[in-house]
Amino acid sequence: MSELSVPHLLGIKYLKSTDIDLIFKTADHFKAVINRPIKKVPSLRDITIANLFFENSTRTKLSFELAEKRLSADVINFSAGQSSVKKGETLIDTVNNILAMKVDIVVMRHANVGAGVFLSKHVDAKIINAGDGTHEHPTQALLDSYSIKEKLGNVKGKKVLIVGDVLHSRVALSNIFALQLQGAEVKVCGPTTLIPKYIASLGVAVETNLKKALEWCDVANVLRVQHERMDINYFPSTREYTQLFGINQEILDNLSKKIVIMHPGPINRGVEITSAVADSNESIILEQVENGVAIRMAVIYLLAQQVKR
Amino acid sequence: MSNKTLLNSKDIEIILHRLACQLIENHNDFSNTILIGLQPRGSYLANRLADVLKNEYQIKDLQLGLLDITFYRDDFRRRKAPLEAAATEMDFLIEGKDVVIIDDVLFSGRSVRAALTAMQSYGRPESIELLVLIDRRFSRHLPIQPDYRGRQVDAINEEKVLVTWKETHKKDAVYIEIK
Repeated sequence: MSELSVPHLLGIKYLKSTDIDLIFKTADHFKAVINRPIKKVPSLRDITIANLFFENSTRTKLSFELAEKRLSADVINFSAGQSSVKKGETLIDTVNNILAMKVDIVVMRHANVGAGVFLSKHVDAKIINAGDGTHEHPTQALLDSYSIKEKLGNVKGKKVLIVGDVLHSRVALSNIFALQLQGAEVKVCGPTTLIPKYIASLGVAVETNLKKALEWCDVANVLRVQHERMDINYFPSTREYTQLFGINQEILDNLSKKIVIMHPGPINRGVEITSAVADSNESIILEQVENGVAIRMAVIYLLAQQVKR
Repeated sequence: MSNKTLLNSKDIEIILHRLACQLIENHNDFSNTILIGLQPRGSYLANRLADVLKNEYQIKDLQLGLLDITFYRDDFRRRKAPLEAAATEMDFLIEGKDVVIIDDVLFSGRSVRAALTAMQSYGRPESIELLVLIDRRFSRHLPIQPDYRGRQVDAINEEKVLVTWKETHKKDAVYIEIK
């Protein structure tokens, strides 16, 4: 099997495990490419990609842009802040105007859940979801699993803990889908106000005691507290959150085994994770960033194969 | 569909020794030479040739790389089946070196064109030569000719040249497949 079973990457939910295997296999090759003196291949010379970021992003946008350029695609960038979206243009109009300039692939981040799925039904281009509201962020989940596989040899059978603001996290949902698809066990940990009510229906266990949860897991994926998405107070104070759910070196030292620490970024140092832990040997945060480029190259390359000439 | 044997294992053994001797004639002790097998099929020939050079002709420091050209091909999205990549094993630069590209069958010349592009990522070599086991005449799309050839074949387009190796098919042989 050497072709994706889906026409777009809208979410992990739509993928099969063979798709993930193919993406990882392809990413291996691209990881070798980006570690060469000349980090570029000419595969996508005749492909044009639009990065539409209706919501702020730094690393995802940079990572996508770098991946596109390393594949030699032509890239145009768009941020909602400086555009006609503010003048009242609809999403379909904005995108169709961009597609009229002969764009083959659209990478989109949007604040609304399902924006990618909606777009895929109305426009004629390959869509890659770079985060839709609190729903999915598939490339992040793929690079997280890829980093776990790289560090521990396999994802199957591993115990992965997702700590923190699960309620507002698209990273959490995509990670749950991706990890379960590959046969890992997933648990979440955080204040009950930040755990979605129906999480058990996904087959995910909840643990509110951080020490017990960390003792259980092989990998802890620490999420950022997303203050910008919180319309009400979900916990009394940041200080209290840190005391109950912040990960520090002392907690890790008291565990019976070494665990792998991950974070999708951006980090609130001293809130969900201390600087010492983020910069420790157990942390693979910077490996995640490097793997992000390789994974995005693989996804773009595999979808570009399906673009009709 | 029937197969006609073009070369048996004895023929291939003789050809490998001849090619090795021709390489030695031009590259002496191989101190500035790098052999590069094109993945996936050229790597068997490259490995075999390297073995002959090392074991039979006492060439000690032989540098051998395997190059995958998938991402450099010019037929991306132009063929029916998607291209599948293989691993590249090149842990050296080819800056200033004399490179010999090794592949099993030279047909249209497009793989070699892609290999020339791919090698730009590893530096500027002093020279590049091409070694192939089977040279299919009259089928070239590009102005590319081998410097060392095992056997020249005048197969027509519908005929396919099949190379099998001990490593994969238990037997060294070259067939012409007639449909």
